[in-house]
Amino acid sequence: MEQVIQLEKVNKWYDDFHVLKDIDLSVQRGQKIVVCGPSGSGKSTMIRCINRLEAHQKGHIVVHNTELTNDLKNIDMIRKNVGMVFQQFNLFPHLSVIDNISLAPIWVKKMPKKEAEDIAMSYLEKVKIPEQAQKFPGQLSGGQQQRVAIARSLAMNPDIMLFDEPTSALDPEMIKEVLDVMIQLAEEGMTMLVVTHEMGFAKTVADQMIFMDEGKIVEQATPDEFFNNPKSDRTKLFLSQILNH
Amino acid sequence: MQTNFLRKIIFDEKSRSLLIQTLVIGLFALFIYLIAQQTAYNLEKRGISSGFDFLNLSAGYDISIRLIPFTSEDTHFRAYFVGLLNTLMIAVCGCFLATIIGFLVGVIRLSSNWLFRNIAYVYVEFTRNVPVLLQIILYYSILLHLPKIKQAIEIFDGFFLTNRGFFSPSPIFKEGFSLVLWSFLIAIIASILIKKILKKKQEQTGQQYPIFLINSALIIFTPILVYYIMGRPLEFDAPVLKGFNFKGGMVIRPEFLGMLFGLSIYTAAFISETVRSGIIAVSKGQREASQALGLKNNLVMRLIVIPQALRVIIPPLTSQYLNLTKNSSLGIAIGYADLVHGFGGISLNQTGRAIEIMLMVMLTYLTISLTISLFMNIYNKSVQFKGNA
Repeated sequence: MEQVIQLEKVNKWYDDFHVLKDIDLSVQRGQKIVVCGPSGSGKSTMIRCINRLEAHQKGHIVVHNTELTNDLKNIDMIRKNVGMVFQQFNLFPHLSVIDNISLAPIWVKKMPKKEAEDIAMSYLEKVKIPEQAQKFPGQLSGGQQQRVAIARSLAMNPDIMLFDEPTSALDPEMIKEVLDVMIQLAEEGMTMLVVTHEMGFAKTVADQMIFMDEGKIVEQATPDEFFNNPKSDRTKLFLSQILNH
Repeated sequence: MQTNFLRKIIFDEKSRSLLIQTLVIGLFALFIYLIAQQTAYNLEKRGISSGFDFLNLSAGYDISIRLIPFTSEDTHFRAYFVGLLNTLMIAVCGCFLATIIGFLVGVIRLSSNWLFRNIAYVYVEFTRNVPVLLQIILYYSILLHLPKIKQAIEIFDGFFLTNRGFFSPSPIFKEGFSLVLWSFLIAIIASILIKKILKKKQEQTGQQYPIFLINSALIIFTPILVYYIMGRPLEFDAPVLKGFNFKGGMVIRPEFLGMLFGLSIYTAAFISETVRSGIIAVSKGQREASQALGLKNNLVMRLIVIPQALRVIIPPLTSQYLNLTKNSSLGIAIGYADLVHGFGGISLNQTGRAIEIMLMVMLTYLTISLTISLFMNIYNKSVQFKGNA
């Protein structure tokens, strides 16, 4: 198996608040990893470090054999191969759906407009809303917006996808349509790192579960072991709280 | 039946609001009518004549700053136009300069450079908290304390700074210069076409072209080339000191410069705050999403941040343009010959037609302001989002 992401003793501080403490993580090509944990545990910060939306201060992050440093060239290269989906969608409200998706292929990959729009349409079909192509983000439901955001990321043809609580801002009814798209993506072999509390999704998709608390990885295990036989007491407490309601 | 009808009028939501509105409009019309009638009666009783016939009388005063020829023999009506053009000139130049300074300072206020950021901060807090009238007088006084004509500071060959204004050579157009102007015009049209063609080419091939650079070069160098081909059909008449004043050349008066600096530096402080808030108002998530897609910082600014910031910037920017335009009436304080100073001041004193003149001046400002609003609103509509984002 080819290793695509490696975190080695990664540390990060916000002023004197220690957010990430000696994080070690290794992701193989095609692996799906679900990260969970209480709020403030550093899960979002960790995946945001992987495409340098946040800078770590100690340790090493290597993506595709390229180490993330202040080197802008490296950052650009890594961002081209790593897609990201946000909790708040972050679609560009002044652009139509199809322009949202074709923007990066046109300006970053310097693709002809026609070709970029064809690609955008194909991804819109994949997330099952091709009929919304000419609408603006403000005219779509939350679930549709998040699917557009996924299509926008995929249009850059990344080989790793990061999901930062992609369903947390959605109404319960819309969660499924987004998760369905993510499951389909997983089945196609995409390398995925997902921060989520959707445990049903985790059981279906994850190869590995990671539980974080207070900036540390407390437990890492297969879903089977994680849900049925968690080792640490903190994990047991967390699972009992989110599963028994 | 009767009571039912009355009841319906008073308690039905629609008919009641219609009733109230009709009453209010009626009372307001009556009020205006009474005032107009009373005023006409008072004027007649005191033997003050009214009407607009004075417009055709000779004005009897000179206007130093003018865009169209004017002598003291010309009519008050022509004086009105001289003033109007001066008001428009200061408003247009002021808005233009204020926008440039405002955008620059607004961006600098967000810069990561501590020194620049704080200089901009001090500038904004100082200028927007001191009355604009005082600032206009300050800049005017500074300009008046420049050296006298005899000791004029020569900045370049033929350019002089004096307490009577900024003297510079005036261009004399000779035969063939119109070709240079035409070539300039053609270059502009060509650049628009080139932009379209290159945009289309980008859409087809994906290749990005430095459109702005190509077109700037085209627009700048074409007229220069034609100018040399035509054997330099342009001469300059440099101002020369003769006796107590400069002869020849042209001059920008200190009154105009004082107004321009005062108004634009003052208004730019407000515009910079508007620009800053507009840029801040674009959520951090927008920038993060663009970066995650691999867009470089200048593209993030150009394609994502600025189009969204404009949406927030335009409405308050309109107010600032309106403020600047109306504040230009402060020209009366330093003798800038705008609408209020000449027509609204001297003509009024000479003819005594205060009501007519003030009405004309007010309606003129109203028209200018509404025109600015109209165009800014059209522009504003084009930058708003669709849907409820």
